This record gives sequence, structure tokens and C-alpha cells, in this order.
Amino acid sequence: MRSAVRNAVRFVAGLLCLAAVPALCAESLDTIIIDAGYDKQTRIAIVPFRQGPEFLGLAQLADVVGFDLARSGQFAPEPPENMLSYPTVQREVFFRDWRILGVEYLVIGRANAEYNGDLSVSYELFDVYNERQMLEERMTAPRHKWRDIAHAVSDVVFEKITGIRGAFSTRMVYVLAENAGTDYARYRLELADSDGERSRTLFTSNEPLMSPSWSPDGRRVAYVSFETGRPGIVLHDMATGARELLPNFVGINGSPIFSPNGQNLALVLSRDGNPEVYVMNLTDRRLRRITRHHGIDTEPSWTPDGGSLIFTSDRGGRPQIYQVELATNFIERLTFQGPYNTRARLLPDGQHLIFVHRRDGVDHIAWQDLERDDLRVLTATPLDESPSLAPNGTMLIYATQDQGKGILAVVSIDGRVKYRLPSSSGDVREPAWSPFIDALRSNF
Amino acid sequence: MPKEQLRSLLAILLASFLIAGCASSGTPEPIEPSEPPEPTEPTERPPAPPPPPDFDSSGNPFVPGTMRLLERTFYFEFDRAVLMRSDLTALETHAQVLRNNRSRSVVLEGHCDERGTREYNLALGERRANAIRSFLTSAGVSASQIEMVSYGEERPEDPGHDESAWGRNRRGVMIYR
Repeated sequence: MRSAVRNAVRFVAGLLCLAAVPALCAESLDTIIIDAGYDKQTRIAIVPFRQGPEFLGLAQLADVVGFDLARSGQFAPEPPENMLSYPTVQREVFFRDWRILGVEYLVIGRANAEYNGDLSVSYELFDVYNERQMLEERMTAPRHKWRDIAHAVSDVVFEKITGIRGAFSTRMVYVLAENAGTDYARYRLELADSDGERSRTLFTSNEPLMSPSWSPDGRRVAYVSFETGRPGIVLHDMATGARELLPNFVGINGSPIFSPNGQNLALVLSRDGNPEVYVMNLTDRRLRRITRHHGIDTEPSWTPDGGSLIFTSDRGGRPQIYQVELATNFIERLTFQGPYNTRARLLPDGQHLIFVHRRDGVDHIAWQDLERDDLRVLTATPLDESPSLAPNGTMLIYATQDQGKGILAVVSIDGRVKYRLPSSSGDVREPAWSPFIDALRSNF
Repeated sequence: MPKEQLRSLLAILLASFLIAGCASSGTPEPIEPSEPPEPTEPTERPPAPPPPPDFDSSGNPFVPGTMRLLERTFYFEFDRAVLMRSDLTALETHAQVLRNNRSRSVVLEGHCDERGTREYNLALGERRANAIRSFLTSAGVSASQIEMVSYGEERPEDPGHDESAWGRNRRGVMIYR
């Protein structure tokens, strides 16, 4: 049973390999490889959507939806060739066709062109055992939003069945380094769908790019660029492409990260001799110094309420995670296990931490329950770093090494679901998962 | 702890330098090269060989009195920012070059291997550049002659992923301007 489900996942992944890649943009990360999912997965059938000849050459929407759900690790989509019928409207649905297969949920749909050329997709979700329609919806969007519509369908279906908001419509940015360590090094800041498809370059430099992070409204990305020969912080507008280089100080200008309300930017400056955490008010650009210690203080990140920062410090001799309350400057140490715990992020509940944890000399991504002090290592690959949470808090994307190359990988917060996003070009690193965005309306 | 160790090493070096400096004060005398120069093809002997230049055409200093370039890359142990004892002689010579050429300046680059997180490594790289800077300023180089930039793990010398590559990437580099 379990291996049958695994095979089904593999099959869908393979199918996408054939169907999605040639039809879509030339520049993408390679097709995802699913390494692990839950033992008990929900059986769902996403019947190929009716797509008229006007959509020839575009990916089958059902494939995109099926692959979204498969890589969540919670669903086992039924391979289309196992299906006994291919309904695209409700009157063609015979529930016994799906009960025989053991399918619990059924999705059908169709794509049409509007008079103005826009795309219109109608779809329905059924509960097979209770023979009940759970959802019927029609979405419209410009024609180039083809994949966005498929991801939007995935988001709604996922939420309807699991109760958790889907994050398939999100984006990510990451750094692609080519020929690093040579005179021909090139660094690109890339934007892609959360499944690695449709990547495009936001900025290219011969000097290193680092530490991208999103504003909470998804309209801007902050990152570190060495384009002037020294590190500087850039605010990049996603819709217009406009770049603003913040005033540069002597030494490190690093670790930019927006506050939850988007009005402040935490960052690291070493202008006073060693790295300290600061908060910049983005309206009047005034800086407030938060930490005062001769050790390294870096890698700040906000608590969900915006009232505190967590950060990395070696003030205790080895790098560990600390929290500072902004109103009182009260500092508390959060991690105690192991010699090296760095670059932490809090889950949306504010109670759980993810960070880089060194065990037996090897860096992995770990999860810690702050109340019970329970620590779990989520990844088993070497050189794991830069964990970034999906906005629904169920998965995280991180950078790792595969056969000597930098790639991205995803693991669920419970460590059970794992997939990789291989890349055929360069070293991929420093992923930053976007917040929820309105992908059908956004202009990036 | 490493700071104190460094300081005592520095004191020893400074003392030995002062002694050497006294011996060669006054008119500039050629200093004995520590190693015999490379044997070169015998050519027609010029009547009066000009004194060797202090810098090569790209502005990098020679070991004084020789045509051998002074080492400009200094390596560090894993997760540490303490200068190696074996590098202190070369660093002292850099200090001498910079004291004697107040118009010249250096950029000190700090680098790390790929282990550990990137922003933490940016800080660690700066600490390595700082170790070289402290040595130079203690040896009389003006702070205005020194700039620092940390690249963390972003600019490896060796793109490999093993101990030997990591060893080559944990470094401080002096770029003469």
C-alpha cells in the first residue's frame, strides 16, 4: 500500500517531468524530486481539465494541481491512466468510478477563453464517499497567469480538505551563483514560483549577493549586494524593479529583515567596530542600536508580534540564539544544545524556532519547541543553511549541497515530507519564501 | 585569551624588529635575503645594478632587497580569527613596507570556508581582517592606511567542498592600493 502510494507520487512527478518542462519557460529549476511523504496520504483524483485547442502547448492544469498537492506530502494524486472516466462537468461524474479506485476526493474542471482574451477556469471539488459537491468556483485572470490559476486551485482545494491555507501560489527569491571562486563569478537574484518554475533574474552582479528577505506585503525584497565593492543593503521593488541602495556605513551592512508591520527594517552594522543589531525606521530612516556587546551579534529576525528580535550571538563563547525585547532591551538565551546554533526564524505561532544546528561537525536544519525545550533535527544532508518558512508555517525551504552543487530543498516542519529542487546551472542558495500574495492580480 | 597571546607575540616581534631596525638605521643598506635568490641564467653583467624596486608593476611589495613577492594571504583555523605564528614575520614585513610608504594603503579582505551560516561568516571574516589590522596598527601602521572588507564565504579561493578547499578559503588577503 505504502509503496503503491510512493509509486503514484513518483509517477506524477515523472509525468510532470514530461509534460511541464518542455511546455514552459526555458529557465527554471529542474523538476522536483520527492524523497519522502506521509505514510497515510489522502487519495485524490484530479481529472485532466478540458482545455480547448486555443490552449495548445500549455501545461495540463490538472498536472500542475496534482503535483502541488503531491509535494505537500499529504496527498496521493491518482495517475490519469488509472481513471475509469474523465468527467469535466458535474453531470459526467459517477461516484462509483472513484469509489472503486479508493479515491476520497475528486477535482474536475475546464478552461475557457473570455471575449477579451482572458482566461477563465471553472472547477469543482467532490467528496466521493458522501457523494457531495464541496466546492464550485470560477477564476479569471490574464492569459499569462495560466500556472497561477492552477496554483490558486491547489490553494483552495488544499484548504478545503486540510483546513490549512495553501501556499502554492507563493513565490521565492534565491541567489544563483555561477563560477564562484573564479574571475568570471556572476551572482543573480532570481524570482520563481514556489515550485521552482518560471524563474527570472531580478538583478545580476559580478560581486556577491546575499540574504534576500521579503517585505510582509510581498511588494519588496531587501538583500545585501557587494556591487560597490563593499556590502550594502538594497531595497528592490518587485513590481517596478526599482532599486534603492540604503546609506552605507563602514564595515558590514547585512542581514536586512522587515518587521511584521513592514515599517521597520532590522539589520546588522559593524560601523562601531563589531557587528551589532540595529532597527531602521523605514519612514524617517533613523537607526536605533539594539545590541551592545563586543562579540558578534547578527542574523536578526522578528517575533510575530514585532515586539522582540531573535538573533545570533557568540557572547557566550559559541554562537547561540538569543532574544531581545525591544521595549526593555531584556536579553534571553534560547538555545543550549550543541556548540553552534545560528540564523533562527520563528514559526507564525511564535512558540517554535527553526535554525541551523551543528551536530558532529555537520550543519543541519533543526526545530525547537521553546516551551518544552524539545529539539528535533529535520534534515540529514550536509551544509544545510538559510531555512525560510512557507507563510502557512507547514514547510520550510533551505539551501544544501547535492553532489558538490548548491541546491534548494524543502522539508515539512515535522520532518516527514522532503523534496529537492535540483538545478542544472550554477549553485543555488539563500532561498526566501514569499508571504501570501494575490498571484492572480500581482504584476510580478 | 588569544588576544593576550597575540599581544605577547607582538611584543617579542616588535622587540626583535627594533633590534634589527637599529642595526640597519641610517643609510638604507640592503638587507640579507632570508633565502638565496633563485639561480638565474648568467647574462652580461651590467656595470652597476640598480637597487631592486620595493613594489612590482601591480603595486605588490617585494620582500625588501629581493625580487620575491611578499606573501599577502594568511590562513586561519576553523572558526578562529587568530593569526598563525608562522605568518607573523611576513606581517611584520608588511608593517615595515607600509610604515616606509605612508602614501600606500591596503584593503584587508576577510574570508571564511562554507561551513556555518552566511551572515555569521560575514562577521567571522571581519574578525579575521581585524586580526591583521590590529597587528599592523600595533606595529606602527597608520589606521588611515587600512581599509577592511569581509566577504564571508562568498568568494572562495577554492570552490571545492573538502578539508583542503576549506583550509584555503579561511584566509585574510592584503590588497595593496
